[in-house]
Amino acid sequence: MIAKKWRWSIYHIVAAGGAIVMIYPVIWLLMSSFKKSETIFTTSTQLIPAHWIWTNYSEGWQGIGGHTFGTYIYNTLVLVVLATIGAVLSSALVAFGFGRLNFRGKSFWFAIMMVTLMLPHDVTLVPQYILFSKIHWLNSIKPIVIPAYFGAPFFIFLMVQFIRTIPGELDEAATIDGCGKFRLFYRIILPLIIPAMATAAIFSFYWRWEDLMGPLLYLNKPSMYTVSMALKMYLDAETLSNWGAMFAMSIVSLLPVFAIFFFFQKHIVEGISTSGLK
Amino acid sequence: MRAVFKKDLAGYAFISPFVVGFLVFTFIPILASLYLSFTDYDLFTTPSWVGFDNYNDLFTHDKKFWQSLKVTFLYVFIGVPLRLFFALMVAMLLNTASKAVGLYRTLFYLPSIIGGSVAVSIMWRNLYGDKGIINGLLEAVGLDAVRWFADPIAALWMLITLSAWQFGSSMLIFLAGLKNIPVSLYEAAGVDGANGIHRFFKITVPMLTPIILFNAIMQTIGAFMTFVPAYIISKGTGGPLDGTLLYSLYLFRQGFQFFDMGTASAMAWIMLIIVAILTTVLFLSSKYWVHYESKEG
Repeated sequence: MIAKKWRWSIYHIVAAGGAIVMIYPVIWLLMSSFKKSETIFTTSTQLIPAHWIWTNYSEGWQGIGGHTFGTYIYNTLVLVVLATIGAVLSSALVAFGFGRLNFRGKSFWFAIMMVTLMLPHDVTLVPQYILFSKIHWLNSIKPIVIPAYFGAPFFIFLMVQFIRTIPGELDEAATIDGCGKFRLFYRIILPLIIPAMATAAIFSFYWRWEDLMGPLLYLNKPSMYTVSMALKMYLDAETLSNWGAMFAMSIVSLLPVFAIFFFFQKHIVEGISTSGLK
Repeated sequence: MRAVFKKDLAGYAFISPFVVGFLVFTFIPILASLYLSFTDYDLFTTPSWVGFDNYNDLFTHDKKFWQSLKVTFLYVFIGVPLRLFFALMVAMLLNTASKAVGLYRTLFYLPSIIGGSVAVSIMWRNLYGDKGIINGLLEAVGLDAVRWFADPIAALWMLITLSAWQFGSSMLIFLAGLKNIPVSLYEAAGVDGANGIHRFFKITVPMLTPIILFNAIMQTIGAFMTFVPAYIISKGTGGPLDGTLLYSLYLFRQGFQFFDMGTASAMAWIMLIIVAILTTVLFLSSKYWVHYESKEG
């Protein structure tokens, strides 16, 4: 009995200790955002601020580059929502094709999709940029948003896996009732794969929200910048040593990510466990 | 015959977004980058054919290219194993029925969710500042502070630790794999008198090898493309002394800071070939160390 208690204590000391070490940097960032800029590094080993201040948040929110941080959040949201809708809906269509229909060349295209899944995107970086510059899409969100409407291999794969678990009798019954393929997709399959679509939407949100490369290449005016780009501007202006505001806005930029994580944790964990999404 | 054709038509109608997107945004660009890699092109004038010059220059004259390869290989081959090691250890730790496991899992996984963001790279940069918390810790245990931004090797460790910190998604995949190992295997081993370490190496690890392979491949490819931390932590320079000049960052600089699209394309193709070779080697090696249940017989 005593040995069991000991084991229990040691287990929780190790697990909780590890968890605290993992999360400590984020807490440090949060706590530092409530310290005066000039004291952040002189008191970097003291976690709790001696004097709590909110001015980093109000100053940070004033923004940088002539726009408030609200503008950057709005820009990011527009981009994220448009790209996510496109990626999820188009991926669902494609996944239905791969998961439920039989046609010649299906395994070929499925293999192509799996290769695309593993392809380093750096390979297409330069030619895509040239393509978008030729069709005058630079300085707009089009190069970031429009490709999302052509299906994302990760999400297609995730949804195909999910569709394959849905019993085929449903389709047969619907087909006997004279249901066309699109109606079958729209009426029967789509409502059933909502959990997989939710997982895809959450990951799309994360990747788009945190994306730096897209905005870095294609958005050249501060009025169009996303949160990632705004933070980069803070960093470029770091010589002003206004760390407080930069930390505060870093925290603000992470808040939506945390919020979604805590609300939809189940979807995320299942999504990763079943498909190996990053 | 017509019915078959109709079936094909329906199938292609549904997968057409992917087919069109693949051709326009992936396949043609890849071919274009192969062509561009043999040209001199600055985006504004027409590309001029230079044969293998770009490749030749990279391999024989460009010290930074070799440096970026070296840094990237160190980053990948230290970072990925560390990540997988932590992922497996913590997954083992959390594979129990304790009520607190859900909370621990959340906390261990959280870094993976935020790890790719600019905010986290900014945070990491400041943890390692001259007066940052890492140096504070080093001094607290009686060691000397390290000037992380002055030494190329130390700077690379910033990136490697940031990568290792994000072991969460691999951990979740391992956890799912651990739950799928039949309890009967462990029970049988218990009867045979196998101890914990024995069970770990004779049952757990072999049963997980397919998942380890999958993780190793995906994480290696992902690590090869790492850009944001190197870009943010070095403020776009890859410094100090090119210590954080990861391959993607150097490619980006060639293309979009020096506007040398030909060299950037050549670099992209070299990367494609390296990643293809690594993936193939991992797959081929799996024959020797990955355990597939069907073979058990």
